[in-house]
Amino acid sequence: MIDTLLEPFSYQFVVNGIIAAVLAGALCGLLGVFITLRGMSYIGHGLSHAVFGGYAAAPLLGLPIVLGAGAWGLGSALLINAVARSRRIGADAAIGVVTTASFALGVALLTRFGTKGPAFDALLFGSINGVGRDELLLLLGALLFAVATFTALYRAFLFTTFDPDVADVSGISVRRMDALLMLVLSVSILATLTIIGVTLVAATLVIPAVVVRMLTDSFSRMLWTSSLLGAGAGGVGMYLSYHLAIPSGTTIVLVNAVAFVVVLLATGPRGLRRTAGLDDHGDVPAVAPVAASR
Amino acid sequence: MRPASDDVLVRLEHATFGYGGAPVLKDIDHCVRAGDFTGVVGPSGSGKTSLLRLLLGTEKPQHGTVTRAPGTAVSYVPQLETVNWNFPVTVGECVLMARKTRRVLPWATAEERRDVAAVLDRLGIAELDRRHIRELSGGQQQRMFIARALLRRPRLLLMDEPTSGVDVATRHEVLHLLDELNRDGLAILLTTHDLNGMAAHLPHLVALNTRVIASGSPTQVIVPDVLERTFGARMEVLQHLGMPVVVDSGAGRVGVA
Repeated sequence: MIDTLLEPFSYQFVVNGIIAAVLAGALCGLLGVFITLRGMSYIGHGLSHAVFGGYAAAPLLGLPIVLGAGAWGLGSALLINAVARSRRIGADAAIGVVTTASFALGVALLTRFGTKGPAFDALLFGSINGVGRDELLLLLGALLFAVATFTALYRAFLFTTFDPDVADVSGISVRRMDALLMLVLSVSILATLTIIGVTLVAATLVIPAVVVRMLTDSFSRMLWTSSLLGAGAGGVGMYLSYHLAIPSGTTIVLVNAVAFVVVLLATGPRGLRRTAGLDDHGDVPAVAPVAASR
Repeated sequence: MRPASDDVLVRLEHATFGYGGAPVLKDIDHCVRAGDFTGVVGPSGSGKTSLLRLLLGTEKPQHGTVTRAPGTAVSYVPQLETVNWNFPVTVGECVLMARKTRRVLPWATAEERRDVAAVLDRLGIAELDRRHIRELSGGQQQRMFIARALLRRPRLLLMDEPTSGVDVATRHEVLHLLDELNRDGLAILLTTHDLNGMAAHLPHLVALNTRVIASGSPTQVIVPDVLERTFGARMEVLQHLGMPVVVDSGAGRVGVA
């Protein structure tokens, strides 16, 4: 029994996979707090599809996959932002148009020309295989980049997430902060894509943040608990992926989903109220009319 | 009414502004002076929010100029109805957002914590520092946002519909609070739909509908002719305790046989 449980750790590729999943989960959990609180959950889903197009197109353009797909993803993110901000098309429609077109292009290119990078199904659903030193370094770099960005600009990100209009008039460039968040998101999706997969990245961005929102009313506590939950779900999910012989993205998302159900049952109406956006104003003491003081 | 100051904080001269189509503001001349307490009244789409944006400097006029006196800090308080009250922040964290920092570390310094405590104390909500914003009453919510605005030590406070969606008691509370701040030297300009509950209590009003229709004391601005030109509807004005009271009799009674 013990031997069976410990068996995955005797293979270097599984150990690499688990480390990668922990890093990817922590990264997505951290980013997910900003994504969900900004009401941008759909953008993670869309952007992963857009990056998929970059994966397919980069080798054909003679670019390294990471550089090409990263630039493609960032370009898509900035395009979505620009279209949404122009208010001629809604943000969800902008994401739908830009990212599904990019995904369709990626499918077309991969079908026609094949891929020099990860296998097609690994890109879609994640894989325990093929996590080497380069992938781990890319993930670690993306995580450090995200942590450094959100630490150094914590207050500005908090302000622009909570109240972008007032942040803007208080001297914070909301446009610049949005672009920086899109950059961190693009890099993160790129780094996690082969672990979690195009179709499942969005869930790892959203679920940990929603789960910890049910548990806490503190923004800063959300950041680190969501990262911890994401990391834990990533590690456990990858471990289960080996035993169950199903794609790692699937098991990681299912572990997150189990955490969601458990916390939902444990917190009950209080947790639901926190995630549903209900606010409850108290009674206000009566005061005399101001005219009397003039 | 308090005497007008010559200390101009922001001056609009022949300012015209729009969002690509027809101008929402045309040929606006207005000065905001130190110590002013002004209400801008007008119907929806009359350009009130655009006027605030010009004063804040987030929009530029297509014609004319907006000039701000050097070193004049301007703060802004949004409508309570536009805020996500479920957002996971405490009162103290919300107020601290307004303080710009160049520190790499995310937590507040001792000096910042003292400043937040002082401004919360000034507004009478020091004990709410660690309370989640969802747990505040309407008046406390408005006090929190004013505290956030004051943390930047502004000379001018701009407020968008500060009593929109609040009950009568909260409206009184907000009016008294703004009156106190104005007496302490803070210039205030706010927009409001509420002629009887808000505008009639202020020392100075501007009636706006794309252009400035009238400017002066409530008794000069809240008169049938100005109201009709501003709101496009005939209204009667009565006097009560020296203040104008608007009676919207034009709609008549409905549902009565």
